Amino acid sequence: MTKLQQTLQIAPQHVRSGNRAWRKLKANKSAVVGLVIIIFFVTLAVIAPLLPIADPMATSWSAIRKAPSAAHWLGTDDIGRDILSRMIWGARASLMAGVFSVGIAVAIGVPLGLISGYFGGWVDMIISRVTEAFLAMPFLIMAIALAAFLGPSLFNAMIAIGLSAMPLFVRLTRGQVLSVKTEDYVEGARSIGLGHYQIITRYILPNVFSPLLVQASLTIATAIIAEASLSFLGLGQQPPAPSWGSMLNVAKNFLSQAPWMAMWPGAAIFLVVIGFNLLGDGLRDALDPREA
Amino acid sequence: MTNTLAATVPEKTTNVARPKPVLSVEGLSTSFSVDGDWKNVVRNVSFDVMPGETVAIVGESGSGKSVTSLSIMRLLAKGASRITGKIMLSGKDLLSLTDKQMRDVRGNDASMIFQEPMTSLNPIFTIGRQISEALTCHSNLSQADARAETIRLLEKVRIPNASSRFDEYPHQFSGGMRQRVMIAMALASRPKLLIADEPTTALDVTIQGQILDLIKVLQEEEGMAVLFITHDMGVVAEISDRTIVMYRGEAVESGPTDDIFHRGKHPYTRALLSAVPRLGSMKDRRWPLRFPIVDVTTGVSTVPTEVSDTVDKRKTPILEVKNLTTRFDIRSGLFGRKSGAIHAVENVSFDLFQGETLSLVGESGCGKSTTGRSITRLVQPDSGEVYLDGYNVLTLDQASLRNMRKSIQMIFQDPFASLNPRMSVGATIAEPFIAHRLGTKKQAQDKTVDLLERVGLTADMMKRYPHEFSGGQRQRIAIARALALDPKVIVADESVSALDVSIKAQVVNLLLDLQQSFNLAFLFISHDMAVVERVSHRVAVMYLGEIVEIGPRAAVFENPQHDYTKKLMAAVPVPDPARRAIKRDVATDELKNPVRSVDYLPPVRKYCEVSNGHLVQVG
Repeated sequence: MTKLQQTLQIAPQHVRSGNRAWRKLKANKSAVVGLVIIIFFVTLAVIAPLLPIADPMATSWSAIRKAPSAAHWLGTDDIGRDILSRMIWGARASLMAGVFSVGIAVAIGVPLGLISGYFGGWVDMIISRVTEAFLAMPFLIMAIALAAFLGPSLFNAMIAIGLSAMPLFVRLTRGQVLSVKTEDYVEGARSIGLGHYQIITRYILPNVFSPLLVQASLTIATAIIAEASLSFLGLGQQPPAPSWGSMLNVAKNFLSQAPWMAMWPGAAIFLVVIGFNLLGDGLRDALDPREA
Repeated sequence: MTNTLAATVPEKTTNVARPKPVLSVEGLSTSFSVDGDWKNVVRNVSFDVMPGETVAIVGESGSGKSVTSLSIMRLLAKGASRITGKIMLSGKDLLSLTDKQMRDVRGNDASMIFQEPMTSLNPIFTIGRQISEALTCHSNLSQADARAETIRLLEKVRIPNASSRFDEYPHQFSGGMRQRVMIAMALASRPKLLIADEPTTALDVTIQGQILDLIKVLQEEEGMAVLFITHDMGVVAEISDRTIVMYRGEAVESGPTDDIFHRGKHPYTRALLSAVPRLGSMKDRRWPLRFPIVDVTTGVSTVPTEVSDTVDKRKTPILEVKNLTTRFDIRSGLFGRKSGAIHAVENVSFDLFQGETLSLVGESGCGKSTTGRSITRLVQPDSGEVYLDGYNVLTLDQASLRNMRKSIQMIFQDPFASLNPRMSVGATIAEPFIAHRLGTKKQAQDKTVDLLERVGLTADMMKRYPHEFSGGQRQRIAIARALALDPKVIVADESVSALDVSIKAQVVNLLLDLQQSFNLAFLFISHDMAVVERVSHRVAVMYLGEIVEIGPRAAVFENPQHDYTKKLMAAVPVPDPARRAIKRDVATDELKNPVRSVDYLPPVRKYCEVSNGHLVQVG
């Protein structure tokens, strides 16, 4: 018996499963690609002040809409600002908009969905009706309304986008909970005398996690683009401070004269979205013990 | 139509004395593509089915019996599977036909019925329309003719009031009736071969008896051949002329059913047969009996030992249930007015002693599971009293309810659904211990190791996840978890019903061993009369929410008094081909359901005592 226990090396359960998930994630090539893309952009955003690049807000009348060159690697925009530098500084706003607003949506939406689906009855009634009322409004209209109400700033835009995306997570979570709730193992958890909190966190949440993760990675893309729309209306990142969305908005007026103005921020958004999607898929598989 | 086709195919043999087989399978092998590799699931299976003959393919889950039938009908996904060999059905080489030609074969030369009658009918079309469709798609019948023919088919499968049920939807039919509809549909084009893939497995035992009788009668009337896929040796004994035993993708033995049962040569056949519980095998025994376990490779059998006396009736019962009633309201309309109630459990009383097994038997909807869940208060009963290990269960508040749950634990039916897939086996078993703060992490660990060994698993399985285990192993894990709190009573809700026979025997033996070492009381909820006979000290028969008969196992099984108990016993298929001539006399009826109107007053029941402790409901 003692020999057996020595070989078992008692370690807390979550550490062990965390290690396993990490090993599986590393083995998944596309997830690693996603992770690398995200790390790349995040690093750029973080070290932006240290990089030897031009001031993203400095205009130059002698370099208006210049194509990529040695002086301006990615070209310049309509008032002569260096696009490379604006891209790097803009990554901060865009990534924050994407991650924080989805964070808000998940942090509020998922618990509400869990409560609504698990307890049912009047609680569910109220949460569901309110959610449906929110969902009846187009996502962007609501984000604009909320952002206008909160006042123009990047931070308020993120809250507005997060709150607008939240009902989606309530609905998705609730639906998943309803199906998981009827599983025998949940009844089994009740029959060994576990409390509601333990049942929800240990039995329900891990089993509704996969679709939420996929939804979250997709919503990050929506949020980055929504931030662009809000800044276009002057409700997001305040000009002249850059974000990819606002750069794209300006660039659409010069598509034929200066295509690079739209190309770089477009490509960056595309890459980040792909990155989050690949990572999201990889995480979903890595966290599922059933996947080999 | 089939006649003309048969005429165009040249006769290969001139042997007239011996009829040609309807279906001839030669060297059938089927592989599936799994992650780029071809995994062989059926290997080199050959057999013939003669006209008018019933051939059973029997095997446990994963033996390849269903894949064999699906291969014959070419119903497997095209890119993901590969079928080799030769399949001749009424002169046609099925593997060489085009998809279009194969569609003509299906439902025309050969029809198929499936296990799950609840999902194999389209819920949005009427029964009549679905059968007429099967008729008109292979011939050009007029609407009126199709309707007449459909009604004839419905009558043929003995559906009462066939013409009035033509326009009803599937949800208005019970499971047994739906299976009759499926059979009617399969018969629509007068096939030469009927492939029945576990057609009675999902049905209650009395309904199963009716369907088996129906298939036999129809076979005589239509002269068709039947290929019957099943895991149930009792069903095989009852229906088949010849039997093929499949094990891990191979046909290990085949021959006349009688030979297989009495002179089976392959060790696996013997292992399978010895594990089959036989109703009536417990005559003259006082205590529950373990199953003999036969080694699959050598065929050597262990001698089953009777358990020793574990019950002490002088003590107070560990569980007392008095006049327990649980109803579920049916609400309808805009404001959810109560329009009726399901009287799931109605005035049920019994007691259970330490070390005793009381079985609750009955068919689906009889309230046996709800009784178990009401006692543990997983559902809230309407009235009655439950005393468990000193707790007055129905008056407990949330906190004491949680404490009470230490004394009573449940084991569920489906081992694939009852374990959290995201939690390792070690965490699953240790969780009750930790949640009730019964000791340190270290102690929980020791307890888990101990429990795993007790249920016949090893300590190194702790880190693994439920999906890595087989059904039987998972059920052992569920049992270990239930034992983690040292409960006094275990409610085993159909705990062995979903397991293969050989696994079932092992898990039943495990339960008996555990009862002996921990002096556990079991409330054993089951529909399987043969297993119940093996494990119980006492038996309670439930019908429409009420206990109609309760008493010592020997008294109830050897001297059943209530009509329903007798009917239930008569319907159980007996794994003995010699007894198949004895026809059951079961009427075509449906299970009633316990839905009552709002003003329904349950009648006051009286029980008469037949012998010591054997009570039967009268009036």
